[in-house]
Amino acid sequence: MLTLTHFLVLAAILFAISVLGIFLNRKNVIVLLMAIELMLLAVNFNFIAFSHYLSDTAGQIFVFFILTVAAAESAIGLAILVVLFRNLQTINVEDLGSLKG
Amino acid sequence: MSFPTVVFYVLSAILIFAGLRVITAKNPVHAALYLVLAFFTSAGHWLLLESEFLAISLVLVYVGAVMVLFLFVVMMLDINFEKLREGFWKNAPLAGTVGLIMVGEMVLILMSPEASLGSYKGAAPLAADASNIRELGRLIYTTYLWPFELAAVVLLVGMVAAIALTMRKRKDTKFVNPGDQVVVRRDDRVRLVKMAAVKRSEPVAEAESADQQA
Repeated sequence: MLTLTHFLVLAAILFAISVLGIFLNRKNVIVLLMAIELMLLAVNFNFIAFSHYLSDTAGQIFVFFILTVAAAESAIGLAILVVLFRNLQTINVEDLGSLKG
Repeated sequence: MSFPTVVFYVLSAILIFAGLRVITAKNPVHAALYLVLAFFTSAGHWLLLESEFLAISLVLVYVGAVMVLFLFVVMMLDINFEKLREGFWKNAPLAGTVGLIMVGEMVLILMSPEASLGSYKGAAPLAADASNIRELGRLIYTTYLWPFELAAVVLLVGMVAAIALTMRKRKDTKFVNPGDQVVVRRDDRVRLVKMAAVKRSEPVAEAESADQQA
């Protein structure tokens, strides 16, 4: 019998994996963006699990909006990445110090 | 174990494996492909949770659009990814500790008897003709109409911003400014020149008469 706990623990593991990914891939912006997508997926998991087990469809509406915002976010993030690469020929996070005061 | 439980554990194993490969893959193209696998597997989980519309839109929107965008960008950039992995394992012990602590805390909270999350049995399985999309559509166009419009604006702003960021002007292109073209007047283009009438010179007249005879 599947319970709410199963899905919430799975989402927690997924969230921890993506935090791990942000720690490990500090220099690579692309993989950082992918880890953020994974993190949003874990959050969506929580919303959908609660929506199912509390039989309230509002949770699914929120996932819908999160998907929208995540799509816009990754599109802008990748656009910034392309401009960055065009100007600096690198996407290493450590080379991005030009805003330093 | 019932069939949905087996499906849940199989999909969870695939999902966790794919998630781990996303963050450890050497080649970002492989990472993006494992992320596709992770999204696809989660769509299966969401089907188990009876949210069919979101499962399908996860596959269509994420796998179909966002991940293709990721792959485009990864393949377009010419980067030495080996250099970006320097010191990859340096933070691994710390990262692993933090991750394990996070999971441990969440499991402790979620599985504590006081939370009693296991007592939610969920709604009775929906009827075979129950429509998830109809229910979502009813909510979106009534209660959540205003946020829905805002979501559309967010997508529009995202599109305009992405295009504006990556557009660059080429110096060697020739183009007409339509505004200038519309407001142009006759005097800007046509110049009337006054000049006195002159008599035609002889050789031309001879050539013309020769033409007429021929």
